[in-house]
Amino acid sequence: MPKRFMSLIGPFIGLILVIVLFGALEPAFLSTRNLMTVAIQTVIVGLGAIGMTFVIVSGGIDLSIGSVIALSSVVTALCVRAGLSPATSVAIGVAAGGMCGALNGWLVTRLSIVPFIVTLGMMGIARGVAKWLSAEQTVTPSPEASEALASLATKTATSPGIWITIALAVAMALVLKRTVFGTYTYALGSNEDTARLCGVPVERTKVWIYTLCGLFGGLGGVMTFARLSVGDPTTAIGKELDVIAAVVIGGASLAGGKGSILGSMVGALLMAALANGCNLTGVPNFVQEILIGAIIVAAVAVDRVRAARA
Amino acid sequence: MKTERDSNPLLLMSGVQKRFGGVVALGGVDLEVRRGEVHALLGENGAGKSTLMKVLSGAHAPDAGECSLDGAPYAPSGPQDALERGVAMIYQELNLAPELTVAQNVLLGREPRGALGWIQADEVQARVASALEALGAEELQPDTLVRDLGPGQRQLVEIARALVEDAQLIVLDEPTSSLSQGDTRRLFEVVKRLTGEGVAVIYISHFLEEVQEIGDRFTVLRDGETVGAGVVRETSLEELVALMAGRSLDEFFPKVPHEPGEVILELEALAGEPLPREASLSLRRGEVLGIAGLVGAGRTELLRALFALEPVRSGEVKLNGAVSPARSPRERLDEGVGLLSEDRKGEGLALDLDLATNATLSHMTPFSRGGWIQPSERRAAVERWIERLGIRCTGPEQRAGDLSGGNQQKAALARLLHHDVDVLLLDEPTRGVDVGAKVEVYRVIGELAAAGKAVLVVSSYLPELFGICDRIAVMHRGVLGPARPVDERTEEEVMSEATRGFKEEVA
Repeated sequence: MPKRFMSLIGPFIGLILVIVLFGALEPAFLSTRNLMTVAIQTVIVGLGAIGMTFVIVSGGIDLSIGSVIALSSVVTALCVRAGLSPATSVAIGVAAGGMCGALNGWLVTRLSIVPFIVTLGMMGIARGVAKWLSAEQTVTPSPEASEALASLATKTATSPGIWITIALAVAMALVLKRTVFGTYTYALGSNEDTARLCGVPVERTKVWIYTLCGLFGGLGGVMTFARLSVGDPTTAIGKELDVIAAVVIGGASLAGGKGSILGSMVGALLMAALANGCNLTGVPNFVQEILIGAIIVAAVAVDRVRAARA
Repeated sequence: MKTERDSNPLLLMSGVQKRFGGVVALGGVDLEVRRGEVHALLGENGAGKSTLMKVLSGAHAPDAGECSLDGAPYAPSGPQDALERGVAMIYQELNLAPELTVAQNVLLGREPRGALGWIQADEVQARVASALEALGAEELQPDTLVRDLGPGQRQLVEIARALVEDAQLIVLDEPTSSLSQGDTRRLFEVVKRLTGEGVAVIYISHFLEEVQEIGDRFTVLRDGETVGAGVVRETSLEELVALMAGRSLDEFFPKVPHEPGEVILELEALAGEPLPREASLSLRRGEVLGIAGLVGAGRTELLRALFALEPVRSGEVKLNGAVSPARSPRERLDEGVGLLSEDRKGEGLALDLDLATNATLSHMTPFSRGGWIQPSERRAAVERWIERLGIRCTGPEQRAGDLSGGNQQKAALARLLHHDVDVLLLDEPTRGVDVGAKVEVYRVIGELAAAGKAVLVVSSYLPELFGICDRIAVMHRGVLGPARPVDERTEEEVMSEATRGFKEEVA
């Protein structure tokens, strides 16, 4: 057991370091209000990272999640604008993401195309569909119609978005560690041939994994809409890389078989805290980008060194 | 022919110790290797051979003990340094770049360069050609891609690489485990050639027959210590086994009495794509049936087609008298048929996952409710198999890849036991497994038969088939011959069927 937590120490130390550093530079960083902002800024990448953890642990990758977030935000906005109830709009927005994921999974298994290519294709397709549905404009429902969903992303300690994310992270962490499905996910990523030999339903499990990732992308899209109150087909460009970075910083291996939801959440928080701290202290944007890039490489390097010593 | 210089050992290690945390890997190893000899290093997996070789290659620094090479203190800082001192390691898993040519691989990292850093093509040709000639492997073309070579030829390329560096001591780690008999003979010739020129060879192998043939002297390790050394010719197989395992050869194939019952599995002219071409047999409960044959005859393909991992072209599989056209391993497992893969690391186990997951992956229902796993129940189930099979590990959470070969194999076997299959298809169940673990695998096979399970064993090691099977069938070029009782067979006859095919059945 302790070994499992060992692999989380690196990202945790990184996160604490970032918090202490910016706290010292700018006391306002540690204010409740600002920490809530960090938490809210983590929500979208965090939700994506939950789904992405399953995909990466299974040895796959999903490059389409940024586009899926955009598509889902547009679909949600269209539903709200059409006067559907908030619950229905959320359900349809999440389902739109799930469909993209299911299609990814189906293509990966049925056509035996590597996930990188399938999801690279989906990245373009979902983005294109989002622009098509929105006629290449932001979809803006009336403020009254958006109100209910906007409350998901309020900047208070009771902000539902944060608690939904935490609850889902805990639930999915349990699913990954404690269910047959989660075990199959690790088995697929560790050695697909072994999984096949053991009668693991390889194809079906993969379709579920990509669908799950799509659903979380869809939820990320709903949250994006909640925050902006518009459906923007050009939102979340490049977000897939943030999500993948969060998962990798959290200790997952792109080769599969390794990773945890908790680690991915720490990774997502680390990136959000860094971005927020840099903004507060007036560090230019390009420095942030350099820092995040360096952290990704450092996180994997630390993991390497530790694995070599063990 | 021995000269004065030969009497001084080339490599001398004494009292070498190495511990990892609290685990003593080497507790005092003495090893003396002379020029021009083949020195067999024997020991079960976990005896400390790999650790010793890592000390020798500079991958690990010893905690205590003396090492000298050619009279000078020897403490390499790493494999490259070791190579510069003339010590080359050739591992089981060959380290070649398949997309590069023979010449590029042989000189990888030490290409002769001209003034501007350009590689000197004629110098490359000359050096590679001379290395291949020294091996007597002139038929290898320097510009062939390594990808197009067979395992035996690849090994020659590795050895050529060592020769280019003027190695005085070459370590061959299980060099024949993936070689055909022809390639093995070839390797022996190469080894003799090298030792004839004064190179020393440390030869690590589980195949004691090979050691008896090629080895000059030997050293046996057990539990991290040198427990014996001597001249191979003056030592019997029994003595070697006794030294390695601390047990005699009589106990090698433990006899568990078992009685064949009703027929459980029947194959009728089963054919795959492209192998096997035709396989018919019937297997009873409580019976161990062996399949002998050459590598490539289609034995593995037969098991895989039977287990629905490979497509079946024609023919029938009957289980308990009913035709069963299963389309996936899952369906076979549900019918009570399980396969132990010959490729333990590539397919048999998920090395990054823990022992518990590996042992239970095919059958998690006993300790899961609605898809949720009960960790304590799973732990208890796995601990039972650890105990029953004597798996040496730190616990169910240990990573499978960190287990020794024998214990990995037991973990893979534990999966079939845990699944409680009725028909076990075992493909080379003791390959790359140390003597102690072999005996335990044999014991488990016997116990399974006694418990009414049916066992089909594919093995390239004839004494093993004769030691554990009730009947043996031979596969030749994709066709499975008739299974006959072991007492009516001889090793010579089986070899002859394997190489030349079957005599006409006498009516």
